[in-house]
Formats: sequence, structure tokens, C-alpha cells
Amino acid sequence: MFATIARRAAQALPTLLLVSVLVFLLQQAMPGDPASILAGEDQNPILIAQIRHELLLDRSLPVQYFHWLGGVLHGDFGISWRNRSPIAGLILTKLPVTLQLGSMAFIIAVLVGIPSGIVAAVGRNTWWDHLANAIGLAGLSTPNFWLGIMLILLVSVHLGWLPPSGYVSLAEDWRQSLATTIMPAFVLGNAIAAVLMRHTRSAMLTALDQDYVRTARAKGLSEWRVVLRHALRNALIPVVTLGALELGTLFAGAVLTEQVFTIPGFGKLVVDAVFNRDYPVVQGVVLVTATLTILLNLAADLLYVAINPRLRNG
Amino acid sequence: MSERVQSPLYLAWRRFRGRPSAVVGLAIVLIFIAIALAAPLLAPADPLKTSWILVRKAPALAHWMGTDENGRDVFSRVIWGARASLAAGVISVAIAASLGVPLGVLAGFAGGKVDAILSRLVDTMLAVPQLVMAITLAAMLGPSLQNAMIAIGIAATPAFMRVSRGATIDVASLEYIEAARALGNPPWRVALRHVLPNITPPLLVQATLAIAGAIIAEAALSFLGLGQQPPAPSWGSMLNAAQRFLEQAPWLAIFPGAAIFLCVSAFNLVGDGLRDALDPRGR
Repeated sequence: MFATIARRAAQALPTLLLVSVLVFLLQQAMPGDPASILAGEDQNPILIAQIRHELLLDRSLPVQYFHWLGGVLHGDFGISWRNRSPIAGLILTKLPVTLQLGSMAFIIAVLVGIPSGIVAAVGRNTWWDHLANAIGLAGLSTPNFWLGIMLILLVSVHLGWLPPSGYVSLAEDWRQSLATTIMPAFVLGNAIAAVLMRHTRSAMLTALDQDYVRTARAKGLSEWRVVLRHALRNALIPVVTLGALELGTLFAGAVLTEQVFTIPGFGKLVVDAVFNRDYPVVQGVVLVTATLTILLNLAADLLYVAINPRLRNG
Repeated sequence: MSERVQSPLYLAWRRFRGRPSAVVGLAIVLIFIAIALAAPLLAPADPLKTSWILVRKAPALAHWMGTDENGRDVFSRVIWGARASLAAGVISVAIAASLGVPLGVLAGFAGGKVDAILSRLVDTMLAVPQLVMAITLAAMLGPSLQNAMIAIGIAATPAFMRVSRGATIDVASLEYIEAARALGNPPWRVALRHVLPNITPPLLVQATLAIAGAIIAEAALSFLGLGQQPPAPSWGSMLNAAQRFLEQAPWLAIFPGAAIFLCVSAFNLVGDGLRDALDPRGR
């Protein structure tokens, strides 16, 4: 098993390196000269030349890349063109907000998606199955920014139950923090719940058709015991992996959800940076997002090995 | 007793027809296409015509979906918005397929180092979530519907590469491909004449589901201000404007969002139906 883990971890390294090249080239392709932007309104040619020299912009691309990569590996993502603050600091401030939102969204998705997938599979072709499928389709087809707007309209504007926007950190006031994040977390978790529902239903249908389930039934075990103890345990193996892969999509969803609910997280940081033409921040956010996605995919891969007895012992 | 030989295409169509949800989805897709094509005939008003006396009027007989913050007819704008959304869906998927399929077939057919390099490229692109990639590319190219389509198309390319590579590997090991090679056909001819037609079913499913994703992506980019620019109508940009008037004019948010939902649901239903009809494992 350790050999498998080492091999899969080693496979992730070249991808990480290629991601860094892609992100670096993306920054090069962005419009505008960094030195001129940093020089401010004066546009003093001596100052611009000095900045170009300091940022190694007068050197070749490979030199610039390795200098940038060296900085990134030491936690230096450069400085924001807009407010001149270190990008690493900005990322560290915003990331926990998105991680809180993403964790809550994932918990909601698991609590909704897996049980509804089980119910749909057990009651195949019944009213429950059709209802779960319809909800699953709706979850996949609803743009999360529209769902967010509709929930604000209903829950905040009409019912007045929850605040329509803003964010309070857990450390500041946990009750208020939950009140400000529960609605966005539901919006963010909605599509993942639909994906989990579909995977669980499909895996459960396969598991319920297997001989060991028939044997369990023949032994006279109660139906719920057959479903939960025998079928679900095996069906969950692919679901866990596919579910973990969905974690990466949380970052994409957070971009829009944070915009709708005005939450100062990672997603809002990238949108604000795009509009302020603050490209080093865009570059930093894309790099961190891609790295986290690769690591989450690797974790999903390893989880699959760890929970799958055939691979674990092989 | 004589047995009629039925083509695989006919059998697939029969299986597709056997799924009521897929047929309903296809009907809705066709209605949306008709609406997009006949927008100038169907829209009761000019979607760009402003009127200060009609600002934010609630839905009524004169304006079925009400009017917006500039007094424009929301129903007409939703109809014209179908054009932007469907065009974005189809064009961006065409871009993704025309880039991704040749590269995927090349990777699957050539194997070895070519496959390793291209697969690593796919992994790299897939590491950046599609919407984040599309936002970054749209920011680089500048905000417009055309650039949004290019950005979405490029961001969706790795998914097509992956599907066509997998399908090519499956097909390339079949006997008739080996026979075509043995007859001395050059690799490009085998790939074009024998592999490509046989990997069309999974690509068709992927394309249908990708159109649904691209419609949402276009709406998202326009919602953020990186797609269709005002005053041109687009469902996403209409939702962006609607956010400011949620309390006073909720209809501004309800109708464009419902249009996206209905259109995307229809494409997803067709995609699911096609998958069931074309997937050999389901037969």
C-alpha cells in the first residue's frame, strides 16, 4: 500500500510543476506592463527601469520563472499591484473564510446527497426514486448564483430569518458566523449534493444486485440491516472517492456564492482582483486553488486505496 | 421467419424515445432553439428600448414579465437572452471539441510519450477549476460575449481530450482497427476514417452535457460582468442588475434565472437520455 501511496504522490509532482508553469505564463499573457503599473501615475522612466530591474523583468523568461517559483516555494507570492501588500498575507486572510464555507457546504451535501441516493436506490422506480432524481436534476441545473438570489429574496427579504449578506468569523461570534454562512453553504453544497445523490444511487443499485446482498437477505436479516450494513458499506467506496473529487469544485462555486452573499473569501478576492487588474493576486489565487485541487485529488486517490480492501492488500 | 436488420442509430433513437424525460428535454431544447432563432418575431418589444415612465413595472398584461430598472420589457429581453446563452453554449462547446477531440484521439492512438505528455497537460488544466480558468482567461482577453465563449471553450477543452482519449483507447484495440492498420492505411487515415466515427457516441453525450455547463458558465461570466456587456440582453447580466432591486422588483431576478434553469435542465435531460441510449453497457 505504501508503494502505491508513494507512486501516486510522485505522479502529482510533475502536474504541480506544470501548473506553476501554466500560471506563470498566464501572468505573462495578461495585458499591461507590471513596471509601469507599479510606477504609479508619474510614469518616471528611471523609476520604471529601476522596477523592471528589481523584478527581473529585464531578464529572460526562464530566469523570471525560476525566480518567481523560488519565491513561491518560500511563501512569497509577490505584492498586490493595488494596495502594495504581500499576496501571501491576503491569501492567508481570505482562505479560512472559504474553507469554513466549503466545509459547511460539503457537510450539507453529504447529509442530503447520500441518504437521498440510498432512498432512491432502495425504492427504485417508486415515487421516492422519481422525486430524488428530479431534485438531483434540479440541483445540477440550478446556477448557484440564482439559487443564492432566490434564497435571499425568500429567507432574508420576505421572512427576515437570516442576514442577506456579510460575514462574521467563528472566533468573533459563532452564532452570528453560522447565521451568515448557513445560506451560502447550502447554495454551495446544492450541486455537490446532487452529484453525490446520483453516485450513491448508482452504486447502491449495483450493490443491491450482488450475491452477498441476496445471501444476507436469505439469512433472514432485516431489510434496513441488509441495506445499511451490507450494501451501503461496499457502495460507499466509489462514492467517497468521487465525493472527495468534488471538493475541488467547491472553489469554483465559492467564486459566485461569495459574490452574491458579499463574503470576503477566496472567491471574492479573485473576482475583485480581476476587476482591479491586480494580476499577481489572480496568479496567486489560481496557483493556490490548483495546488489545493491536486492535493485533494491525491487525497481522494489515497482514500480509495485505503478503504478498498482489494487495493489495500494488493 | 425473417428478421429485419436495424441500424445502431435507429436502435439508439428507439431507446431514447423510450425515455419520456429525455423526449421532454429534447422538446424544450427545440423550443429554446426556435425562440433564439425567431427572437425578432417573438419579442413583443425592442429589448434595448428604455422608457422612464415604465421603470420597474410589475408583471401585467402589457408586460408579461414586467419591466426592468430602465423601463425595458423583461419578456423581450429574456427571449433575446436565449440567443446569447445558446450561442455561447454551442460555440464554446464547438471550440472545446475542435481543440480537445483531435488531441485526445492523438493521445489515445499514438500512446507512449505523446500520450504521457498530453495526459499531463490535461491533468494540469483540470487542476484549475473550470470557472476559475474561464474567469482568468476572460479577464486576460477582455470582457465581451465573444471572449467569454473563447474562455469557456478553452476551459472545457481538457474534458473533451479526456473523453476522446479514453474512447480512442477502447476502439483502437478492436480487430477492425488492427485490420485497417494491417491493410497499410496510414495512422491519420485510420484515426479519421475508422476511429473518429466510432467514438462519436460518448462525444455526443459529452457535448450535450457540456452545452448545459457552458450555458451556466456564460451566465456566470455575464453575472460577474465578464461576458455579455450591457445594454445587450443576456440572462446572466440581467441577474446581475436584478440583485440591486430584489426588494422592489423581484421579477427581475425570477424570470432570467428560471430561463437558465429550464434550458440547462433540458440539455441535462437530453444528455442523460443520450447516455442511456448510446452506452453499450446499458444495452
